[in-house]
Amino acid sequence: MLRIDCPHCGPRAQVEFTYERTRDSIVTLAMTPNEAMNTLYSRANPRGWDEELWRHSYGCRQWLLIRRHRTTHAIDSVTPC
Amino acid sequence: MSRYSALALLRGALTGQRHWQPAWRDAVPKKSYDVVIIGGGGHGLATAYYLARHHGLRNIAVVEKSWIGGGNTGRNTTIVRSNYRQAPLHNFFEMALKLWEGMSDDLNFNVMFSPRGALFLGHSDSDMRQLAERGDALACDGIDAELLSRDQVAKLVPLLDMADTARFPIQGGMIQRRGGTARHDAVAWGYARAADALGVDIIQNCEVTGFSMAGGRVTGVETTRGPIGADKVGICVAGNSGHVAGLAGIRLPIEAQTLQAFVTEPVKPMIDTVIMSQSLHCYISQSDKGGIVLGGDPDQFPSYAQRGLAPRLEKTAAEAIALVPALSRLRMVRCWSGTTDMSFDGSPIISALPVDGLYLNGGWCYGGFKATPGSGLAYAQLLATGVPHPLAAGFGLDRFARGATIDEAGVGPWPQAR
Repeated sequence: MLRIDCPHCGPRAQVEFTYERTRDSIVTLAMTPNEAMNTLYSRANPRGWDEELWRHSYGCRQWLLIRRHRTTHAIDSVTPC
Repeated sequence: MSRYSALALLRGALTGQRHWQPAWRDAVPKKSYDVVIIGGGGHGLATAYYLARHHGLRNIAVVEKSWIGGGNTGRNTTIVRSNYRQAPLHNFFEMALKLWEGMSDDLNFNVMFSPRGALFLGHSDSDMRQLAERGDALACDGIDAELLSRDQVAKLVPLLDMADTARFPIQGGMIQRRGGTARHDAVAWGYARAADALGVDIIQNCEVTGFSMAGGRVTGVETTRGPIGADKVGICVAGNSGHVAGLAGIRLPIEAQTLQAFVTEPVKPMIDTVIMSQSLHCYISQSDKGGIVLGGDPDQFPSYAQRGLAPRLEKTAAEAIALVPALSRLRMVRCWSGTTDMSFDGSPIISALPVDGLYLNGGWCYGGFKATPGSGLAYAQLLATGVPHPLAAGFGLDRFARGATIDEAGVGPWPQAR
């Protein structure tokens, strides 16, 4: 299991957190419909590092930006967002 | 290829069974092929077999990064059924199920397909209503579905906890009697042997590291065993679709996730059907060796690790024990994980890609094994003719832009919510 170091609560078990989506798939109001579709429906899905939005659902309920490796599960950084 | 038969076995007995040959050649990559299929799992091998068998192609290679059938083909819970609610799904999976029924004869290889019935349990009025609706949808397309009362379920699986006070009270169920299980390795080996006999080169320990392109068209693949030229390239690597398509600079509506399964020590026959649930993600069946095979939820965040989280195992075991209390006395002997291609509507993608000559078969989520023969048949038709198989026409990559998603769970573009 991952141990995620929440900047608000300290190190907590992964089961308290919920994965939302990657940072590059956040749809903004300024996008055209085509840009929004591509952003929502496509992912780089790398076999390596990616930046992801998680939520500390069963803790402080804050949104977090986590840079995480998808093969080793190493966590490089956890920052508030 | 010598045919497997009882007679051949008897004849072999006279010569000390020294007549056995390898089931497929260990091929060395040629300079180029008409079609190169990336991925030597069940789907890729079936695709090669149907390309040779139905479309007359002979110059085909299947390249596999490790050994054939070592990915998700060897990591699933081997359940075969076609009882989905959505017509594009159940019609496609029904085509596959009919191929399963004749597969051992067709391939001359015993895939141990065992149509022991695939039972969905209903735990509430809402579950039973949904099962009835699904059964009606299936009946409309001529697919077998039988709604079972509580008593019928109790008779079918006597070990279920049928008490009113059970954690997941059982109100009834729906069964597809033609569904069941098959021997997963045998499917890969059977297709490999049959494809090899038709001249397909199966190249193991050969990882694709890139694509060669010219004028916006794919001309081959770069591999750890050198470049291989190809007129057409078919990606068939579910689990790693995002990675391989990424080598061609393509982003897909797919996220990789981990899915776990585990098996108990072998015991005498105790469950002779496949048990699933309308509300829970918990699959229970007994293998021919006697082990109880259990599977559950994906880990619900992106990962290629092929190892899962303990809380998922605990949840699946807790659900299985609540349904069949006798399982609490068994020891878990092995657990393993596969990487699933979670697509953004829960349905597969069998489609041309934005690069000429490059195709994708992936996005099977956690339901690819049962599709193996149908997936191969449909993908072979697309690769050979450029025209999708009629039953797979809805699985194109363009469906997301057109708003024509096939969303069985109805949860939208959230792979982690399936």
